[in-house]
Order: sequence, then C-alpha cells, then structure tokens
Amino acid sequence: MFLIHCPYCGEHREEEEFHAAGQAHLPRPLDPDSMTDEEWGHFLYYRKNPRGVHRELWVHAAGCRKYFNIARNTQTYEIYATYKSGDTLELDENPTVTATGSTLNMAVHGDAKVQLEQGS
Amino acid sequence: MMSAKQLKLQQRNRLSEGGRINRRKPLMFTFDGRRLMGYEGDTLASALLANGVDVVGRSFKYGRPRGIMTAGVEEPNAVLQIGGSEATQIPNIKATEQMLYNGLVSSPVNGWPSADNDIMGLFGKFGGALMSPGFYYKTFMWPKSQWENYEKFIRKAAGLGRAPTKPDVDRYDHMHHHADVLVVGAGPSGLMAALQASRAGARVILADERAEFGGSLLHSSERIDAREPMDWVETVINELSDNPRVTLLRRATVNGYHDHNFLTISERRTDHLGDTATDGTARHRFHKVRAGSVVLATGAHERPLVFANNDLPGCMIASSLSHYIHRFAVVPGESLVLMTNNDSAYQSALDWLDAGRSVVAIVDTRKAPEGRVVDLALERGIRVLTGSVIIEAKGRKRVSGAVVAPINAQGTFVTGDTRWLPCDTIATSGGWSPVVHLSCHTGSRPVWSEDVLGFVPGTTTEQRWSAGSITGKQTLAECLAEGAAEGLAAVEASGHSVEENLELPVTASGNDVVGETMPLYVVPHLKPMSRAPKQFVDMQNDVTAAGIEMTTREGFESIEHVKRYTALGFGTDQGKTGNINGLAIVAKSLNKTIAQTGTTVFRPNYTPISFGVVAGASTDELFDPQRFTPMHTWHLDNGAEFENVGQWKRPLYYTQTGETMEEAIAREQIATRNNVGILDASTLGKIDIQGKDAREFLGRVYTNAWAKLAPGRCRYGLMCGEDGMVMDDGVTSCLAENHYLMTTTSGGAARVLSWLEIYHQTEWPEMEVFFTSVTDQWATMSIAGPDSRKLLASLTEIDLSPEAFGFMDWRSANVAGIPARIFRISFTGDLSYEINVPAQYGLHVWKALFKAGKDYNLTPYGTETMHVLRAEKGFVIVGQDTDGSMTPPDLNHNWAVANNKPFSFIGKRGMNRADCLRQDRKQLVGLMTTDASAVLPEGAQAVRDPEQSIPMSMVGHVTSSYHSAFLDRRIAMGVIKDGLQRMGEKVYFPLSDGTTIEATICSTVFLDADSKRQKS
Repeated sequence: MFLIHCPYCGEHREEEEFHAAGQAHLPRPLDPDSMTDEEWGHFLYYRKNPRGVHRELWVHAAGCRKYFNIARNTQTYEIYATYKSGDTLELDENPTVTATGSTLNMAVHGDAKVQLEQGS
Repeated sequence: MMSAKQLKLQQRNRLSEGGRINRRKPLMFTFDGRRLMGYEGDTLASALLANGVDVVGRSFKYGRPRGIMTAGVEEPNAVLQIGGSEATQIPNIKATEQMLYNGLVSSPVNGWPSADNDIMGLFGKFGGALMSPGFYYKTFMWPKSQWENYEKFIRKAAGLGRAPTKPDVDRYDHMHHHADVLVVGAGPSGLMAALQASRAGARVILADERAEFGGSLLHSSERIDAREPMDWVETVINELSDNPRVTLLRRATVNGYHDHNFLTISERRTDHLGDTATDGTARHRFHKVRAGSVVLATGAHERPLVFANNDLPGCMIASSLSHYIHRFAVVPGESLVLMTNNDSAYQSALDWLDAGRSVVAIVDTRKAPEGRVVDLALERGIRVLTGSVIIEAKGRKRVSGAVVAPINAQGTFVTGDTRWLPCDTIATSGGWSPVVHLSCHTGSRPVWSEDVLGFVPGTTTEQRWSAGSITGKQTLAECLAEGAAEGLAAVEASGHSVEENLELPVTASGNDVVGETMPLYVVPHLKPMSRAPKQFVDMQNDVTAAGIEMTTREGFESIEHVKRYTALGFGTDQGKTGNINGLAIVAKSLNKTIAQTGTTVFRPNYTPISFGVVAGASTDELFDPQRFTPMHTWHLDNGAEFENVGQWKRPLYYTQTGETMEEAIAREQIATRNNVGILDASTLGKIDIQGKDAREFLGRVYTNAWAKLAPGRCRYGLMCGEDGMVMDDGVTSCLAENHYLMTTTSGGAARVLSWLEIYHQTEWPEMEVFFTSVTDQWATMSIAGPDSRKLLASLTEIDLSPEAFGFMDWRSANVAGIPARIFRISFTGDLSYEINVPAQYGLHVWKALFKAGKDYNLTPYGTETMHVLRAEKGFVIVGQDTDGSMTPPDLNHNWAVANNKPFSFIGKRGMNRADCLRQDRKQLVGLMTTDASAVLPEGAQAVRDPEQSIPMSMVGHVTSSYHSAFLDRRIAMGVIKDGLQRMGEKVYFPLSDGTTIEATICSTVFLDADSKRQKS
C-alpha cells in the first residue's frame, strides 16, 4: 500500500484513492496517418518493464481526478517523486542506496513545485 | 457428573500457588467431550496441561499421537477446533494462543474415532516407509482419471479442522491510524522503545499478540532494578497508559508489514471471553497503521533439537516449561530430561526443580559449557551430562524415557555407549530463531548470522528498526539497551527531538558469563538417518529429517522446491519451529552452508487471521455499493425482477400474477410495439461537456463528424480505442453552442469519463473543455411505441408534431409541470421519447406518465424486453455484440466513421491497419434460423460445413439471440467471417447435444428496415 503525494492536492494520500494508468511520457504521435503499421503498433503495445526506476502515469481517481507522473522503483517500491503532467523530471537513473532507502539526484522543470521524496 | 471440587483435583499438574491466573475464577470447558476446569488467565493449552491431557491431536500424515510442544504462536501440534455452536465453529485454533473462557468447547481437528485412539495411527506404525515425500504425487498419479476419487479419500483422511456451515454471527471492524512510531512486541526491548518514543512526545502505538504485555518477562526469574520483572513492566505500562498520545493494543497481532510503512494489526477483542462477542461489540478489529517509524521487537522462537521419536507427547521446547510454570502455575510432568546446545535452557530446568519436580539430567551437547547458569545447575545438584545428546525418546502415548549417548565435538556421530534415563518429559533447546517474518514482508531478505545461528533482519527501504532478540541479543541487559537505542533512532527519524536518554534499568544477570551456542540441529543416531526411528522436523506436516534428506537425493536443491515437495514450513504454524532445522539438513545434504542455502520467503500473514477481520463491516449489503434509480420504489411495488448492471439494480422485467418470465417479456414487447411502453433508463451514463473547444474534442474522441451538429439536435456516436476497436457508444446532444450532453452505456460511464479526462489532461491540455458526470442528477425515462406521442402530449404543452419535433431532435419543455429535457431518440426502432428530469422529480413524473398512460395501456418494460426490441432493429450493444476486437466496419457501422475529418481521431489509425482492413474479418450480421423456433445459444460457434470432421473450421459465433414476440420467431445476431459479403448463405451451429442448427446470414435489421416507425 503506497503513500502517494498528489502534486495537485499537495498531500500524501493512501493508494486506495489512486489508480495506475500505465507508463508515463508516451505522447500520442502528432501525425498518426503518416506512420507505418509497425510504428503504430509500437506506440500501441510496446511498453518498458524495467527492474528499477520507472516513470508511471497515475490518476487521483477518488480525489481531484488529475493525472500525474510518478518516478518509482519497481523493485523496492520506493517513490522518488511525483510531478504534474506537462512537467519534466530529470533524474540520475542510478539510486544511491543507503540502509533505510535509496535516493536519486533529481531536477524538476515545470511551473509547479514538485514534491521530491528523500527515501520514502 | 463431577463436582467442582473433583474437577479442581483433576488438575494434577497445577501448582498450589503462583502463576498469573485468577484462582477465584474457575472456568469450565470441554475437550473431546471431557469436562475439565481451568482458571481465568489460562490459555487453553495451559488448562489442558494442568489437567494432564497428553494427546491433543493426531498427526497429519502418519496419525501419530501429538501433545502440546510450545507455549506460543509457534505451536505446531495443539491445533484445535473450538466453538459451542455451528455458527461459531473455528478450525485450527492454536491452544497456546486461545485464552480460556467459561464454556469453551474444544476438540482435536483430526483423529478418528478420537485423538487417543486413531485408525490412521496404523499408518504411523507401518506406513512410515510407504509415505515418503511426494507420496501422494507418486502413488495417486495413475490412472489420471481417478484423481478426483483419490482426492476425496485423501482430503477426508488428511483434513485439519472444518469450517462452520452457518453464517458468522459476529461483527468486525476496521480502524485507521497514523503513528509516529509503531512498536511491535511488548517484551523488554519493545517496552523500552515505546518508553523512549513516548517521552519524546511522539504518537506511539505498542502492539503485542499476547493478552499481557511483558514478553519474556512474563516467565522470567530475573530481577530488574532489584524488583520482580513484572513490577517493572507494570511501572512502564502505567506511564504509557497515562500518556494520551500512546495507544496500547493487547491481543493484537501485527500480521502484515506492507509498503511505505503500512502495517495491519488484527486485534482479538472478545475471543478470551466467549465464542461470540456480546453487546454488538466487534469480535476482531483490523487496525491499519501508517507509521513514520517502525520498531520490530518481535523476539525469537526457541527451536527444538531433532532426535528420534521427538514427536512423542511430553517432548517440549525448553522455554515453554518456564512459561507454564511462571505464568500458569502448571508443571507439565514429573521428571525431566533436558537437552540443550546453549545456556538459556538451563533456567527451565531450574524452574522445574523450584516447582518441586525432579530433574533427571541436563544433557548438554557441548563438551565444556562454561556459562554462569551451568554452575548454578551444578550448585543445585542437577546432573549435567556434557558432550552428550538424547538420540531417541521412548514411550507410547507419552515419553517414558530418553536414550542418551555421547557424541563427537562436531555433533555428527555417536561416540560411545547409550544409557537409559527414565522420565516423562523431554525438553530441548536448539537455540533461538529471531522472529524476522515482518521484516521480510516488503521484500527485504533476512541474513544468516553465524554468531546468532539464525536469520536476522536484512537491509530495507522502509523506516524500520529492530531491537532485542530479533537481532540475536541474548541477555536481558542487551535487549533493554537495544530497545532504548532503537526507540531513540526511530523517534528521531519520525521528526521528534529527544531531550534526555532513558536511564537503563539494572538487571541481576547483568555481567554473567554466557556460553556459546553449539551449531547443532539434528542429533545423530546409532543408525543412519534413513534407518533411524522418525526424527521430526516439521511436526504439523509430518516432515522428517530422512524425508528432507531423500528430497535432496531426488534432485531438489532450491529451498523453495524442497519446501513444496516435502510441505516443510506449510500449515498454520508456517514452520516457526521447524524451518531452520530443515534448512540445516538441506544445507548439510547439499554440502553447503545455511547462508548459501538461503531461506524461503515469509509473506503476510504472520499468524492466521479471520476472514471476518479482513472483511470488516464490508459484508452483506455493505459488501459493494448498490445504486438505485429514483423510480426504484415504484419498481419494487410493481413486480419488477431485478438484474445487476455494474452496481445498478435495473428491472429485468415486471411480472403480473401467474405469469412466467417468458410470458411477461412477450407481453411487454407486444404492448410496446402496439401501444406504448416505458423503460427506466436513468442508469445510462451522462456526461455534461462544456467549453469553447468541446465540439472539436468530440470530433477527436468519436469516430463520426460533429462539426455541424446544431443546438437542439442529437447524434449517435461511436468511440474507439487507439487500436481502432469499438469501446463505447451513445447519443450526444448539442444543448447549446459549447455545451453538450454525452450519454454512455450504463456500465461504461466511469471508464468513458476517465478516457475523456486522460486525453484532455495529458494530450490536449490546451483545449478549453470541462467534463462533469451528471448520471445521478437526472432521472431518465424512455417511452416507446406508436402511442408515445399521444401520451407525452397529455403532459406537455410543446408541439410534438414530426415537423416541429423531428427524429434526433431534443427540446426543453415542462413534463407534468417539471422542467425537462426531451430527446426524440430511439433504442427500440419505434417512435420514442427520452424524458430527462432532475432526479428528485423522477418518481413524480414517472407516476404522472402512468396516470396519463391508462388510456394507452402504458406498460413498463425491463432490460430483457429492451434487448429484444433493440435487436429487432439491429442496434448493437457494445460489450455484448462486440468484444474489444471489432472495428466500426466490422459492425457494419462505416456510416458512423468520418475518415475525412481534419484531425486524425482516436481509432482512425488503428482501424486502418492492414489487418483491420482484411475482407475476411468476423463481421456482425443477422442470423435467421431455418426453423423459426430453433434457439441459437449465445456463444454458439458457426461452421460453414456441418459434415466436416472434427476439428471443424469455426467461422464465428452468436452474440445475441432472442425470441421476438412481435415477429413471432427467434432472431439472432452473430459475427461471421466475411459475413457482410455472404448475405443469404447458410451457416451451421453444431451444439454440444449433438444437434446442429441451420441459419441464413441476413441483415441485422429484422423490423422496419426503412425506419418508418421511429421517424413517424
């Protein structure tokens, strides 16, 4: 059961209020009609499944209904940061591991202030 | 019947004084039909031992007699069925955990005709060699078809308890907490941690599985600050309970440790008082805790040494003797032989002696034990045999003696003659296994420690600390110190500053020398392991040392595989006493270290919890929310039979006296087609869409064109996924420029709203458009049939003539005095109006329609008639006639696709993939059976050649099939490969009963092909 910071509500809330909506940062191609079937197939079906840091799209379904991004470690389930859709997050993909958690070097670009979590 | 005095005397193992029991409150209970007595404060186990009950059950596989072995949750044998009535039956209760209450009814979970005389026990005597690991797999494999018959027999023979057959009578609830520090375990370390955290002003929860706080201090002979240890505990508890920021939970097992420091606690609130809770109290409560920091002070379980016949009643874990003597004033025997590889067990022999019973000998596996306790034992005149082991216990239903022999320094073989020590109790200690279970639940792997000879918690990403014997600390002084230190670290990490450190209490044993533990798990026998009498590792699953060794010989090397092949560590105790010994055998057989062998994964729950506590209050009508339309009470009063559509309750049909379902549905159809019918359509999803870019947005998410839809007009829309497959449909109306009302399928409303939101928020945030669910705000009633215009005219003033209010128009008007939106749309193919009024007026308008409808035979119809009527007209239901693999062209809905729209709408690229353009895809068509009354089952597979040999080439299947009362024949729709090009061809449906139904491919429109009715 994750504790997730909603970047719109500005609070940590229980996972029960959220739904995962797949891999983040998958922009819809601007000109689908010019794409080959193979290219469109990649956009439709090909997804990353990393062991480690992953960017995911979540929605605060039982809250503000806003979609936002999460940088999460799929192995340890640590959440490094949550940030609004449209914002970008640069991070060093290799976490620094300590006894009670790991941290990433991160820089956020966007209008909104982003919640960076140290450890989790 | 025995008098109270006789019952009291029956407690032959009860000491005349001492113990933490209330002798003024005797409690009566039964075991296996015997009437017995115990005292308030007893566990069921201590009461059974007080009464000299040796055999509490029969073993799972061999039916061997088994007695109580431990005093805690690690108990493998004393697993009982309790409950005084059918509804309160609870299987697999550990007698060591269950507090005694007056009137408790208990019985063994297996053993027939009784635990004392068991038929399966014959297996134990003669079947040993037969029932090796994998016995069931190996023996009952052939013939495969017979497995189901074998299984019934095996299940009956092997069962552990039975579930109640009547509903649970008790209540359960859930409670949510936020804590700065959660301390798990209220032994010396946990108490110190909680004390330290509470003094920093933090919100603290302290939870312990036992009825009383104190942990090992409950049975300790130690001194803290020169006082009885429980006096010290009381002082600490008093301070904690006076602090309003501290929550103390007794009888509360922390059963799961989940991500981000989310822990669940199962609190048993009334199980110590009776088999059902009184006064509406919740029997169990589930605490869901989000903790800043967690301190695990869960202690350690003492493990037994493995030797031949070590499962005989009377063989116990060393520390359990101290538990029973100190806590319950029960000495479970007369004469004791104690075997140990460490110092801690000596205290149990001293306690036994202090209780006035005889200690025959302490058998120490170590050549030269040097701890302070050894001297104490010798001073007390106890015979200590060093460098020796008990190789075998003897006895029938109780230990009658121990066979003792000297061993070599490594403990691998017997070096000399055996000697016979008569006794009725054998206690062993093989060292202590830290209770690391919770530390592993979030994925952290425990680490083997050669110093501790056990697994200790590994590294974690959680804010978690561990203190006391869970980290391998052995002495009380070490545990108190570590509890204080870890409590300090935990409370500081939760954001509290600590002004002064706790002063550490002084213990009597403070500087005593503690000898090293010898790494010995299985005691050697004169015979090799495979030939010696059974040496049990996991009592509950009847796993023997020889069985584990054989498993490795058969090629199982991974500890996870060994576990599943032998069942080592399964069951209600999850191998709490047996796992490490089993690992040691595997490691030795494979010539590896225990660290290399590793351990199996611990998952929640730590100990079994009730289904009730998991469900909490979410049962029966609260199991899932139910949604009712504003007209629900009318439906109830008028004979509606309901169906579930998602969470909605929708009338399926309405019965009149004496009618069958078929007759009712036929009546509803005819009345609607000939006069007028009414459907409660309030469940349709309704989404209000506003904003200057709303029209453009609709054009992007629907496949058809929206650019020219004028205010006052409605349009059917198809919605596809990016793959081009149909995902929803519905009518959207233009309420005003920049204002639309979208309808969705009843089940698709939430999904469609999310779909709109995700595209708006993540792809086109620049568009100005807003989506609001208004499903619950409007009551929707659809009147259909040739008389619907006349009916509506009697309740509204606006001009309903076809010229003024045409098909696919909507108008704002009063209906029965209520402002309404009337949509002239049709899902039946007949003249139809969909009247929407604010939900709170729904029932009023519905009733007004019925009052006015008397003259027109207004007939309510349900979803079943709705399905038939729409199928007659060839309207599809997304999700019934589609299955996520159908494009609009597959549905013959090319008319609803505007490929020339400037924006590449969602679904366009997908449905134009080469594979989606194939001519021979399955396409939706009508199916006209040659025999007008032949029933095509939905899902029936179609073939072109009914004579083809099996396997036949299947070309499609039936998606909808009904009896049309109006057409007086069966009608059906289905998807058939290349079906749209094959109108008039025959297809065949071979059914499972051997018959074949013939049908002709036809249009999906069975009625009114030129739409005269709906446009009239």
